Amino acid sequence: MAQPRVIVIGAGPAGVRCAETLVAAGLRPTVIDENRRDGGQIYRRQPDNFTRPYAKLYGTEAERARALHESFDALRGQVDYLPETLAWNIFGGELHVAHNQRTRSLPYDALVICSGATDRLMPVKGWHYAGTYSLGASQIALKAQACAIGRRIVFMGTGPLLYLVASQYVKAGANVAAVLDTSPLMRRVAALPKLLARPRLLRNGFALMAGLKRAGVSVLTGITPVEIEGSPDTGVHGVVVKDAQGRTRKLECDAVAMGYHLRPETQLADLARCAFRFDHETRQWLPEVSEDGRTSVAGVYLAGDGMRVLGADAAEIGGKLAAMAVLKDAGLAVQDDALRQLRAEQARMERFRQGLAQAFPWPAQQAAQLPDDAIVCRCEAITAGELRRVVCEMGARETNRAKAFSRVGMGRCQGRYCGHAGAEVIAAAAGVPVEEVGRLRGQAPVKPLPIAIHKETV
Amino acid sequence: MSQRFVRLGETDRKPVRITIDGRPAGALEGDTLLVAVLNNADRLRESEFGDGKRAGFCLMGACQDCWVWTADGGRLRACTTTVEEGMHIVTTQPEATWPNLA
Repeated sequence: MAQPRVIVIGAGPAGVRCAETLVAAGLRPTVIDENRRDGGQIYRRQPDNFTRPYAKLYGTEAERARALHESFDALRGQVDYLPETLAWNIFGGELHVAHNQRTRSLPYDALVICSGATDRLMPVKGWHYAGTYSLGASQIALKAQACAIGRRIVFMGTGPLLYLVASQYVKAGANVAAVLDTSPLMRRVAALPKLLARPRLLRNGFALMAGLKRAGVSVLTGITPVEIEGSPDTGVHGVVVKDAQGRTRKLECDAVAMGYHLRPETQLADLARCAFRFDHETRQWLPEVSEDGRTSVAGVYLAGDGMRVLGADAAEIGGKLAAMAVLKDAGLAVQDDALRQLRAEQARMERFRQGLAQAFPWPAQQAAQLPDDAIVCRCEAITAGELRRVVCEMGARETNRAKAFSRVGMGRCQGRYCGHAGAEVIAAAAGVPVEEVGRLRGQAPVKPLPIAIHKETV
Repeated sequence: MSQRFVRLGETDRKPVRITIDGRPAGALEGDTLLVAVLNNADRLRESEFGDGKRAGFCLMGACQDCWVWTADGGRLRACTTTVEEGMHIVTTQPEATWPNLA
């Protein structure tokens, strides 16, 4: 029997471990990577002529980063690796990829989507000013380019990454003005039993917060963002928030790093026609998957943060689980002991994820409170007021209809940064639960393609 | 036009010379184009919708808010492009703008 043709999309922790497991079983998967090098976002490699050691780049996760890079280096002759390649559509049982202004289609028997995550964003008035970056962006600037995003930086949002990146900035010698967390401290206390599922990570988290305090960085919890002050010409000047006691606080800065945890990149799963379900805990639509990453579509599997945001360690486990599901479904042998052990580990990761969701909730109420003149869609500068108008005056209570009328979600980011908040604005304006407004449909190409692209026929 | 980014290390790299809006500028080998420009200037581009200057947002190729132009009219996504000696970068798009009059 011919070996199954397996394509793995992504070369982060999930994609690499998936490919490794497939290779160990005697297969030769194709690995599609949008980046120039493997590692994904979390273990992104710095350019070749940079010299910082692993410990400096990845901190407590240095050994995991090194292990992942070394694993992939060892796999290079045994996989077909396609870096700088965008997977932009799934259609007719084929994956469509683009590289260097050339597009071609790759047939597959099994497709494992390890597409990772991007920052989850809640708009605030003024977030379109130059100098506002996603939290992930601020980390990439430092990790991959050894730069700070400004001279005086405010970190605002919620989630563990907020403390991690702020700490990395302090360590690297940047001037951190403050860390402003929308989640009240009490939520963290209540989530402790679940967070104890991963004691090492919990300890790391405490150490980060303590380190920030020691460094003299002002850390405020339970805040409500009011406005990023600035001007269209010169960008960010400061941040205004209400603190937990309701007092207005104003901080001067020239850069803001903003993020509310992460959201999975699910467009490819959507184009593959995978079924989705609404996750009430995090208020977002997620692909329906089995514990090993099988989707509702035969031959399509998901792993890592692109399926559900569980973090890098869980992504490594998820990649292995998805590979084993591929092998099992192809009638190939899988070690059941290893499978059981991985599932048990993943259950612990899932408990920790629930703890994080409880400790650092998505502040949905902020969307309802956005002033009418605040921009929701950064791509096309469309305001909350305009989105509310199409809901209230034109009856667009479903998110794709509201997108068609208002263009929120239709810009170049294709709803990645406005989609979740937009749905909350629509739901609040229509007075319905957010799951009733639906979700933005994924559209091909999932990222812009050059108009002068050529189709290759092989 | 002051720089937006601050270099915190890795400055011992080979210099690269580029041109931004007709002015000579210095960068370092291995810089992304975004980092090269923002170590010389405080913006990358203008919003086509009339709400001001933009300087990128996600740095991971997802938001498309870092498009810049080359002197011969080509378009580059600055966060995923590596800077090259002699690049001529233009931060105002050659196409028309659509100010938001709403």
